[in-house]
Amino acid sequence: MNLTSPPRILHAADVSFGFGPEPVLDDVGLELRPGEFVALVGPNGSGKSTLLRVLLGLLTPWTGTVELFGARPAALRDRWRLGYVSQRARIEPSVPVTVEEAVATGRLARQGWWRRARRADREAVDHALESVALAELRKAPLASLSGGQQQRVLIAKALASEPELLILDEPVAGVDAAAQRQFRDSLVHLVAEHGAAVLLVSHELGAVADDLDRVVVLKRRVVFDGPPGELAATGVSLGIHADDLPLWLEELK
Amino acid sequence: MDGLPGMPWPLPWPFDRTYMQLALVAGLVVGAAAPLIGTFLVQQRLSLLGDGIGHAAVAGVGAGLLTGTGPTWTALAVAVAAGLVVESLRGRDSAAGDLALALVFYGGIAAGVVLASRSGTTNLQPYLFGSILTVDASDAYAVLALGAVIVATIALTGRALLAVVLDREAARVTGIPARLLDGMLAVLTAATIVAAMRVVGVLLVAALMVLPVASARLVARSFRTTMLGAVAVGIASVVLGLAASRQWALASGGTIVLVAVAVFAVVSTVQALRAGRGVAPGELLSGPH
Repeated sequence: MNLTSPPRILHAADVSFGFGPEPVLDDVGLELRPGEFVALVGPNGSGKSTLLRVLLGLLTPWTGTVELFGARPAALRDRWRLGYVSQRARIEPSVPVTVEEAVATGRLARQGWWRRARRADREAVDHALESVALAELRKAPLASLSGGQQQRVLIAKALASEPELLILDEPVAGVDAAAQRQFRDSLVHLVAEHGAAVLLVSHELGAVADDLDRVVVLKRRVVFDGPPGELAATGVSLGIHADDLPLWLEELK
Repeated sequence: MDGLPGMPWPLPWPFDRTYMQLALVAGLVVGAAAPLIGTFLVQQRLSLLGDGIGHAAVAGVGAGLLTGTGPTWTALAVAVAAGLVVESLRGRDSAAGDLALALVFYGGIAAGVVLASRSGTTNLQPYLFGSILTVDASDAYAVLALGAVIVATIALTGRALLAVVLDREAARVTGIPARLLDGMLAVLTAATIVAAMRVVGVLLVAALMVLPVASARLVARSFRTTMLGAVAVGIASVVLGLAASRQWALASGGTIVLVAVAVFAVVSTVQALRAGRGVAPGELLSGPH
């Protein structure tokens, strides 16, 4: 094995896709390797969520190839290797469920969805709760939590299967600064301790700007893919322009 | 006869007669199974799915009466088919899908009435609203078998169903077969309706899927306690409803459902008083926050 270049866990090449005649994604390529922390950014409507859905196998690209862990997304068998927090994941407030019950559902893909939880499964759920600092609220009804706490429950749910690739679509939209810092700590912990790769779609990167290995800017096609420092050389800084990043990215050629 | 063969000890009033014991056996299964299924239906906003499949199942009752086979099995076949059709149409979020559902539901009940009239039976009431006098031993065994299948399936798939209820897309991405589970829930709903046919009737069973869950949600703090609480309310409604229907010669299905309504009224009133403020009924139905 080539030690300087670990195997790709995500590989997309020449991907095009659209909902009508016009492509939303045009010849997009993207790679992730174990332990990489990558942010996917772009102006509003630039195709970020669509790209994630193609990468996850929820949409089939017009052209190009996508591989997750060396397999086509639809053919991937050990799907627990994938953790996903969707943009629309808003926990239905009327579902009478505790924090622990919700997080435990994230473990099902790994334990077998028809099996009872074993000790290792319970420990993984405990660990996921601790990593988002919600262990003390485990028995609390989910509906009683604040918005920021509920977002952390969703992240713990994705962490519970101990994924090798975690994909998050706008996970901290509308969450306060303290919650964003806790969110950042959870992701850094996942990358550092488990060697997992993280692909984060977010406009609010202030909390994680220093931890990112790469930033990918998408405007229907990839217009930038490199370390945050190199992005700053183009005139866009994740820190300075944090408040209105999508607008600054509009200008990027 | 003064007791069900095989009953190890005599039961007290009102279950001291064979017909009441048969109704009790069938009723306990339904009292447990209907809220068990209902917990997932309510959370998926499918509260009225049971009602719709119940309408369609009448066609199966009519076919059974016309052909002289047991209406239980023909009703089961039609209800399962209707459940699967509804499930496949539900994915299409359109007016056409909605109209197709109406076609299945009302076509079903209309076909049932016509088929029954051809068989010379005009009284469908025991099947529509339940009649404990019509429960015979073979019905009770069929209900027990259906109940065992329903409880075992939920024990096996309940965790995955909760995952789908909470976040369908994340569940699908991580390999939980959401569509298969949707179909399974529709089939279990159909089985529950048919199991409940003799005791509460196909048109009232949906109430037993929804009302006990509505009561349990008011007090439960977890999904597990909601489910167990709903089953407890379902069983209590059946036992009290059967007792009342014997005591005052009332229609069993309607009486059981009215008990479930009364339980909800009492629980919601107590909750409102404990909260120490006026709470609108709509707010109570939305559960604890």
